[in-house]
Order: sequence, then structure tokens, then C-alpha cells
Amino acid sequence: MSRKNLYNVGALLAGLGVTFKFMFKRKPTIQYPSRKKKHAPRFHGLHELRRYGDGKERCIGCELCSSVCPANAITVIGAENSPADRRSPGERYAARYEIDELRCIFCGMCEEACPTDAIVLTPRFEMSDYRRGSFIYSKDRLLVPPEAGTGLAPDDRPNGIPSDLGRVAEIKSTVDTGEGYDATWRGTILKTQTKGLAE
Amino acid sequence: MNGFMTPQSSIWWMVLLKCAILLLVVITTFAYAMLAERKVMGWMQLRPGPNRVGPWGLLQPAVDAVKLILKEDLTPKTADPLIYRLAPFISLVTAFAVYAVIPFSEPGPGNVWAVGDVNAGILLILAMTSIGVYGISLGGWASGSKYPLLGSVRSTAQLVSYELAMGMSLVGVLILAGTTSLVGIVNSQAKLWFFIPQFIGFMIYVITAVAETNRAPFDLVEADAELVGGFNTEYSGLRFGLFFIAEYINMLTVSCIATLLFLGGWNAVAGLTIVPGIVWFLLKVAFFMFAYIWLRSTFPRIRYDRLMTFGWKVLLPVATLNLIATAAYVAVRG
Ligand code: SF4
Ligand code: SF4
Repeated sequence: MSRKNLYNVGALLAGLGVTFKFMFKRKPTIQYPSRKKKHAPRFHGLHELRRYGDGKERCIGCELCSSVCPANAITVIGAENSPADRRSPGERYAARYEIDELRCIFCGMCEEACPTDAIVLTPRFEMSDYRRGSFIYSKDRLLVPPEAGTGLAPDDRPNGIPSDLGRVAEIKSTVDTGEGYDATWRGTILKTQTKGLAE
Repeated sequence: MNGFMTPQSSIWWMVLLKCAILLLVVITTFAYAMLAERKVMGWMQLRPGPNRVGPWGLLQPAVDAVKLILKEDLTPKTADPLIYRLAPFISLVTAFAVYAVIPFSEPGPGNVWAVGDVNAGILLILAMTSIGVYGISLGGWASGSKYPLLGSVRSTAQLVSYELAMGMSLVGVLILAGTTSLVGIVNSQAKLWFFIPQFIGFMIYVITAVAETNRAPFDLVEADAELVGGFNTEYSGLRFGLFFIAEYINMLTVSCIATLLFLGGWNAVAGLTIVPGIVWFLLKVAFFMFAYIWLRSTFPRIRYDRLMTFGWKVLLPVATLNLIATAAYVAVRG
């Protein structure tokens, strides 16, 4: 309050008038647990690892999401698929996939980086808990359960990878995963290993 | 009503009973004054206020009390333990003691609606509220840390300077009424409530009352933004609760005094004597309590130097002039 206003009784009364009027105004509060606000369809909430229509995991363990994440919230450890236990249609899958939701800033960059639309942000936002450890979401909580179909997030994402594309990826995947395969990395031929990666 | 109160109002068990009832009533009023404050402030800030515990949030005070009681009672290492622990009680006891002399309604034959009708009631109240300052000052001083100390220094300075103006504004009423008995003062307002002839005194009293009870916009003693809670920074749990109760009871007290001295106490509005005096009294007190909340949610805290300037250079001179004018008027008229 400046000195002028302090002794300006008119202004003080006007202020009292404003608060009095506000007392009877409609309150914009949404009574949260009993009533919930409707979110926009692409609201950035808790993550989800999706599946293809045939139940295979979309994630191919490429770690693009983890490299793009500005908050370093994602840890991916990929492993080779084997014909006996094929988790994803591609050559690799995520043996471990963890997101620290306390680090996450819900920017959605992981979602944009993912080549297979595996990681998506759902509109779920109620993840409060009592321990910090419970905010590290691993595959058991991120991956949609098989009975839940392709996942909560809408399948028809703009420019999205359709859910039958997993079939195409599987046909293209020609590697003998038992032996490992030759991959080129900056001109060097590397023999990939499958042992000791998956836990 | 008078059947309930025996003619001999000074029988010891009668006094005890009155004390017990009063204690209960005042505590309950405190609890719901607090809830009302949170509700009304919420409404003024476009929020619904507490509404989760019980119907319409009515059980909120109870759970707040449980929470405060269960909290750990901390004493800082640097504190003076005895005074630190004693201070909240000083605040609370003096806040309660005032109610011994406040009459709530018209005295019946041989009885009063108060624990005691003291013939210098108003003086006793002023004395008691002055002692209450010690609770805050000592509490801040004994905490042994800097914010409480600043708060306690402020409280001493603020309360002393505003108490002067407050006393001056009250003396005007005493001169008009010609008595210091609260019942006498109210009775002399039967025709004309004193806030009309003593309008300046009334305004000064209302302003100083806000400052005396450390309420916004004069809550420099607590000043959460700069002093982290001021004198009560270090207090937790029940001891903090006691300070809190004392603050609200002091609000109630000054509202009661304003009602008794300026708004005609239990005298009916517009001759509506069908409504009992106690109801009128409570309505008027409620009005003041509402005004408190209203002020708090409207005005920002004023700067400390301006608070002092306002107290010494505006309120005190105006109160003195008002007192002189009143005295001259009464002297000339008779
Ligand atoms: S939403 Fe952003 S911060 Fe969160 S995991 Fe994805 S990329 Fe990282
Ligand atoms: S979620 Fe997507 S980007 Fe991340 S590792 Fe799996 S396939 Fe790659």
C-alpha cells in the first residue's frame, strides 16, 4: 500500500466491495476426488508400453526414447528375440524398460521418438504413493496386460504405426538369434551378443 | 432464564458452573470462528473452503484439534525452556480471563449474565489484554532464534503504540457513559448507541483492535511472508495451538468490547425487543468477527514503518483530539 492509498478511504472501501462481491460468486473449484476434469485426448500422463494387435510387444529395445528423454528418466536394456520366445516382431525387444516417473517431465518426447509407437503417454495421472521407489515404473506396470488389447491410448494416432504392422516386421526379421548377427556400426562389423544382456 | 440462575449469583458453585459453561462456549465459538474464517476467506477468494470433513466441513475444527494434539512438541535447543513453555499459557489464560467480566445480556433481578459484574470491568479487560502481550513477547524472546525475536520486538512496539490510541478512544465512551461498569455503559446506550456520537472513537477502536489482535493487515508480529510466522515460528503442536486459540479468543474479546461500548451491547435493533438480548449481542459480535475476516481477505499487510507512523502520527493525535472534544462537550453540557 503506498502512502497515498493508505489514507485513501475510498479506495479501501472499493477493495472491501470487491471482496464482498466475490463472496457470492460461483466458485470454479472442481471437487476433485468426486468429480474429475475431462482431459484433452492427448493429455500427457502416465506412460504405457503398447502391443500390436496380435499381442506382441511393440518395443524393439532401440533406446531412442531413452536417448531423447530430456530428464534422463528412461532406462532400456534390449535383448535379442529368440524364435522359441519371440516377444516383439523385430529382432530385439526390451528386456528391461524402466521409467522414473518422478524425473519425468511428461514432455512426450519419448512418444515422438519411438519408431514403433511403443511408448505412449496415457491420460492417467493419479500415481501418488508414499515411497519414492514406487515411482520407478518397470515393464510389469508399463506394459499393457495381454488381455487389455493394444492399450489404453487410442490406436489411430495421427501418422501412427498401425497395429498390424507387427506382422510385416516379423517377416522382415531374418536373423538367427541363437548365433548373434553381424551388424555394422560406423563401418565396423560387430558380432552382437545375446548372452548376459537379459535379466 | 432467571429461574435457572438463582438470585444469589455469587454462590460459589454457581460461579463455577458459569465458568465451565463459558469456557465451553468460548472454545466452541473459537473452533467455529476459525472454520468460518476459512470458509468466508475461501468464498472471497473464489474457493469453497474446507468442505471435506463432515457435512459441509463442519467437523474440520475437531480434526484440526486432533492433528495439533498429535504433533510433536518441539523445544529448540537455544530456547529458554521454562519461559518458552509458559508463554502460550500466558496468552491463553489472559485471553480467557477477560470473559469473567463480560456481560452477555441484560442483568436479571439479582443476577447477571456474566461470571461477575465488576464495577471497573472495562479497566480489568484492558489490564488483562495488556498482560496477554507478554505471552507473545516472551514466547518470541524465549524461542532463541531470530525470526521469533523480531516478531516479539515488533509485537512489543506495535501493541504498546496501538494500545495508547485504543485506550484514548475508549475513554471517550467512558466519559459519555459516566461509568466504567460494562453493564452501566450498555444501559446508558439505551437511546443512542455510542458509535454515533463517538464515531471517530469507534473507527479508531476498530482499527486499533485489528492491530492489537495481530490480525491482517496489521499482522506484522506474525508476518508469514517476512518473519516465517514471527513469534510462533518455533512453536509446534499443542503449544502453537494455544497461541492460535488465544488469537481467536482475543478477536472475540475485542468484538465483544466493541459491541458493548459502541454498538449498544444487548440493546435491540429497531426496537425488536421480542428477540432476546443475548441474540442481539451475539449477532453484533458476529458482525465484528465477519469484518475481521473481511479485512484480512481484502488488504495486504502494511509496511512496518508505516504501521508505526500511522499509529503515532494519525491515530494517537486524532484519538486525543476526540477525547478532548468529548470531555469539553460533556463539561459544557453539564
Ligand atoms: S515424457 Fe519426456 S521426460 Fe517423460 S520419459 Fe518421455 S521423454 Fe522422458
Ligand atoms: S519404447 Fe520405442 S523408442 Fe523406446 S526402446 Fe522401445 S521401441 Fe525404442
